[in-house]
Amino acid sequence: MKKDLTRQQHLDLYYFMRLNRAVEDTMVKLFRQNKIVGGLYSSLGQEAISVGTSYALQKKDWLAPMIRNIGALLVKGVKPRDIFMQHMAKYDSPTKGKDGTSHFGDLDDLHIVSPISMLGDLIPVMAGVALAGRYLGQKIVAMTWIGDGGSSTGVFHEGLNFAAVQKAPFVLILENNLWAYSTPVRKQVPLENLADRAKAYGIDSYIVDGNDVAAVYSTAKEAVERARAGEGPILIEAKTFRRLGHAQHDPAEYVPKEMRAYWEARDPLALHEKFLTSEKLLDTKSKKEIEDKINTLLAAERDFAENSPMPPAEFAETGVYCPGDECHKIRAKWERPISEVTPPKSSVAAVWTVPGFGAGKGSSGAHAPIHFGDTQPSTGISASEVKSTNGGKPAAKVTAKTAAKKTLKAAAASASRKARR
Amino acid sequence: MPETNAPGIQGAPIRTKTNGAATAGAQITFLEAIKQAMFEEMERDPAVVLLGEDVGVYGGAFKTSEGLLERFGWERVMDTPISESAIIGAACGMSYLGLRPICEMQFIDFIVCAFNQITNFVAKGHYLWNAPAPMVIRGPSGGGVHGGPFHSANPEMYFVHTPGLKVIYPSTPYDAKGLLKAAVRDNNPVLFFEHKFLYRRIKGEIPAGDYTVPIGKAVVRREGRHLTILSYAAMMHTSLEAAEALAKEGIEAEVIDLRTLLPLDEETILNSVKKTNKCLVVHEDTRTGGIAGEIAALLCEKAFGDLDGPLLRVTSLDTPVPYAPTLEEYFLPNAKKVFSAAKELARY
Repeated sequence: MKKDLTRQQHLDLYYFMRLNRAVEDTMVKLFRQNKIVGGLYSSLGQEAISVGTSYALQKKDWLAPMIRNIGALLVKGVKPRDIFMQHMAKYDSPTKGKDGTSHFGDLDDLHIVSPISMLGDLIPVMAGVALAGRYLGQKIVAMTWIGDGGSSTGVFHEGLNFAAVQKAPFVLILENNLWAYSTPVRKQVPLENLADRAKAYGIDSYIVDGNDVAAVYSTAKEAVERARAGEGPILIEAKTFRRLGHAQHDPAEYVPKEMRAYWEARDPLALHEKFLTSEKLLDTKSKKEIEDKINTLLAAERDFAENSPMPPAEFAETGVYCPGDECHKIRAKWERPISEVTPPKSSVAAVWTVPGFGAGKGSSGAHAPIHFGDTQPSTGISASEVKSTNGGKPAAKVTAKTAAKKTLKAAAASASRKARR
Repeated sequence: MPETNAPGIQGAPIRTKTNGAATAGAQITFLEAIKQAMFEEMERDPAVVLLGEDVGVYGGAFKTSEGLLERFGWERVMDTPISESAIIGAACGMSYLGLRPICEMQFIDFIVCAFNQITNFVAKGHYLWNAPAPMVIRGPSGGGVHGGPFHSANPEMYFVHTPGLKVIYPSTPYDAKGLLKAAVRDNNPVLFFEHKFLYRRIKGEIPAGDYTVPIGKAVVRREGRHLTILSYAAMMHTSLEAAEALAKEGIEAEVIDLRTLLPLDEETILNSVKKTNKCLVVHEDTRTGGIAGEIAALLCEKAFGDLDGPLLRVTSLDTPVPYAPTLEEYFLPNAKKVFSAAKELARY
């Protein structure tokens, strides 16, 4: 699978992981100098997930980060200075000091939706983004992330279920970093594999080693393209570990030493560097060049950020409402004929035949006939299953395999999927 | 108030004169006005979509969206799972791509299931990251129909306390249609409360063409000089009824329909109170934390010297909405209670 990637892709992934880590290292320094306003959260050891998943998106696609997805923002095109300024509450930051951390977005160019601190709320929002994209004919995919802890929220269920019902082109990355603040995953979810939750929504899922950036990318790439092709939402569980505390203030003494040692030996950046070196994709010289490039960039970005002023106090009173066109000209970008969604073409006969009735997917991944005698029994569609190969420990990515019981239609779908790879 | 002069809002359909609708048009119900507004906005702009529980095939629990699926199809009229947070969240996401979704809460009581999504995600987006969310959240609210504690709520004040939202609560078919159209075209999230008691009980004249009613503007429903009665939604009709009875005793009450609770039309309120020097607020919402308290503060700040008496309020009790008709009738304000309070205030 690693061989599927081009040298440039491998090097891009390496660059963005290094950049991700260097940006966060810089912020730790700023934090220790009391230049960060509020808390500082770290994605140390989880960079492969942010970078690998977002790297699978196209420019037109939409993403919504969580607090540990700085890497995804960098891949999508956010400048490090914006991340620094957000954390320093500067006036030139994307939110002009009104919010901090990764809480910012860009509707017009980068297609990023800002998160809020309440976990899970992004899931229905990104389902809506995906549905609007489909409605407008844009052929986009929406992606967001959730943690093992965030998967316990009610809105996780509401959002994923709604996305599944609507077959929204939506990819949800479940970063299982084993800890939600001080609460271990075992007290969040009574499952070995959180990907199993996908079964409840009749959607497909993958389990991937979250510390293997190439595996994360390949998995995300496949999921993104399947979602784009209309196969509905896909859940990816990326198994990893939160190396630092919940935030800077938290020494995370509740984490067993052996567990920390195990994961520290599996640092995603070191693993990828080792792979690149062994494959002769990266030598000392080019590594030095990448380091220098990042150091030069971040020095300039940090300077810019530090020189930005704090917002003027009275700015607090502005911007609660959008006064109208002079503030935002809201226009949907249609990439399909409007005539398809307006009468007479949009109109349907009032003899209701509800689409999807009689076509549910069973928990085995195979097709469940929902049949009350008034509709035809449903015919199967291909279903994929994933299994963890080693009982939930950091698992190698398992590619989707088609369910054993295939119908003709399933075989065709399977064949077309293979053709796409 | 003499019993014989109490026709009561609980009685036959109230014919109400609509404000400003001079053009001759059909008399339609409050419910029909809402349906027309959605129909016309969806017709006008393909970016307008409707989502909610049973809004499609069934046409909505109160039939407010009847016929919309037939005309606009499955992509624009979406039956959703019973997931208020998902409805609101998805609509918010849709609005980021330039759509203008209308979300129906089957009963407005259920809006609190999506409280976090509305108050933290939808309401704060423009202030925090310059992301407008042009969406409407609407649904049937209010009591008087024996719906019990979970189908009779007036939860407007939870949201009036949330910067970033607009909150509308109309009382006439003309306003319902014009304000709902204005809400769909507004760049901000707008909560639109539809008093279900009014749905089929009142009719009003609607002009033939397209029109909107501006958000944030109150309207004087009845002119008077002795005191001002501020009200909205079903209680506006109760207040008018009380005002008629007061007139028979020589007390001319000015009745103002607030129509929009956020932003509040301070100008219209202050102008009236500066004229009458007395103010009574009537709302069906419970007493503590109702809009009357906010108006009392406003008058203390900006019209203290104009007041010849205390601000009085007629509201529901500080209890959940009870189920039994005897209990609910006791719980709710009525014309008699408004009449008594107004008489007391007029004595100052």
